[in-house]
Amino acid sequence: MHPAPSLIIFTTLSGIGFGLLAWLGFGLRTPTGIAAIVFFGLGYGLAGIGLIAAAFHLGHPERALLAFTQWRSSWLSREAVLSAATLAIMAPHAAASAFWDTQLPVLGWIGGALSLVTIFATAMIYAQIRAVPRWHHWSTPPVFVLAGLAGGALLAAKLTLALWLMLALSLAMVAHWVAGDRRFANSGSDAGTATGLGNLGKVRLLEPPHSGRNYLLREMVHIVGRKHAHKLRLIALGLGALAPALLLMLPASYVAAFLALGLHLAGMLAQRWLFFAEAEHVVGLYYGR
Amino acid sequence: MTQLPKSTQKKLGLVIDLDTCVGCHACVISCKGWNTQNYGAPLSDMDAYGGEPEGTFLNRVHSFEVAREQAPPMVVHFPKSCLHCDDAPCVTVCPTGASYKRVEDGIVLVNEDACIGCGLCAWACPYGARDMDGAEKVMKKCTLCVDRIYNENLPSEDREPACVRTCPSNARHFGDLSDPESEVSKLVAAREGFDLMPEQGTAPVNKYLPPRARDSLDIPDLASLCDPVPGDETTPAAKGFLGWLDRALEKI
Repeated sequence: MHPAPSLIIFTTLSGIGFGLLAWLGFGLRTPTGIAAIVFFGLGYGLAGIGLIAAAFHLGHPERALLAFTQWRSSWLSREAVLSAATLAIMAPHAAASAFWDTQLPVLGWIGGALSLVTIFATAMIYAQIRAVPRWHHWSTPPVFVLAGLAGGALLAAKLTLALWLMLALSLAMVAHWVAGDRRFANSGSDAGTATGLGNLGKVRLLEPPHSGRNYLLREMVHIVGRKHAHKLRLIALGLGALAPALLLMLPASYVAAFLALGLHLAGMLAQRWLFFAEAEHVVGLYYGR
Repeated sequence: MTQLPKSTQKKLGLVIDLDTCVGCHACVISCKGWNTQNYGAPLSDMDAYGGEPEGTFLNRVHSFEVAREQAPPMVVHFPKSCLHCDDAPCVTVCPTGASYKRVEDGIVLVNEDACIGCGLCAWACPYGARDMDGAEKVMKKCTLCVDRIYNENLPSEDREPACVRTCPSNARHFGDLSDPESEVSKLVAAREGFDLMPEQGTAPVNKYLPPRARDSLDIPDLASLCDPVPGDETTPAAKGFLGWLDRALEKI
């Protein structure tokens, strides 16, 4: 699949933003005054930048409000509704913390839970797509949720929690890759079932429908990413989870925490790029790749 | 609404005969022509006269080779457009309600005024049936020529999809696949029509008819008849100067 920068920024930043908001909602950190403005501002800012980046992916962003209507069937619509609901419900809790030095734990807990469900919904936009076997698996949502929670814990300066979550994230990423590598073969789709001619013999593409490229190939048959998958996995695992975890084992310091945060972000951007770039869509079977 | 109807009153769709399709692409052209000049955003071409031209198409013809065990390879031309699935994954993923499946005839359509151009429906379709228009940035797909089949301004013989109307080898058939007595249903039953990628769980309405068995000659191996006659491999010995040169070089 095409690794669009807008989608990589959307899933990474909104994930970490909602992760931070979840911890602030659950009261793991209860900042007041200026600190609350900084912490909540960071959470709202990251979530907001992510959501705005997602709008850049749209052909007609001016109609984006319609995306709040189909939550009964569409995970993308659910994601839109949940993210807006989270930001709205968390707002009184954030304002009370910043301006009246008091928490609103009930709203905080509801907002925290909604933050988690929002990240889950983001993952389900991709995990629901059966035509991309690598994504269509239970191992996809844990990567998104744990990435958000681990990054959020790091931003909330809950370093011990962040350490454990980084380790959990590394396991989730490895599980997603190991399972993902078998998904296409296990999906049962091949050139034979795609054309229905498999019972006659071995099917191969003789001539594509046209000599040029098209929207389908650009969006869904991204081959370059598959070539470097192995190296990118090591980068994602090393920078995104293991190196931050090692830094968090050191005695707590600002330098270590900020370094861990920077490495984690870089690693997660690599992970998310690869998440899209190495995913094979079954439509490739009609194009011999 | 992007929830799928529990059932549809009809299942209008196409039956495509892979035996008679000659791969002429006339259906591709007539589809592009009709759908550019009529309902909705035109199907644009990008860089049409440049080095990397590409365009929006609702119907494309692929050509496949089937290598068989005991017979020569077979070339199969393979037209592919929206299959108007009963369990259409493209419809349920749509966040805006632009995509929908009609209760009255089962046609899957896009309301282009509500499409935000997110492309998720095209990702959800296993068949590559949807195409984002490069100029209008809205999702385009086969409408089963909904503006032809019910169009009383057209002569009755033209009230079928443009691709079906134009096919010179009669490889495309249009009708109600929910009615077991319809011509298309009888054709599917007689020729053992099949679904594309049934394992994807989309329950497509469109069916494909397999190529018939080809005639086979009773000659085991044509290629061996073209082999040189045994014993004929040696060229006659050259004479004169060339013969001397040949022998001299042979000795070195």
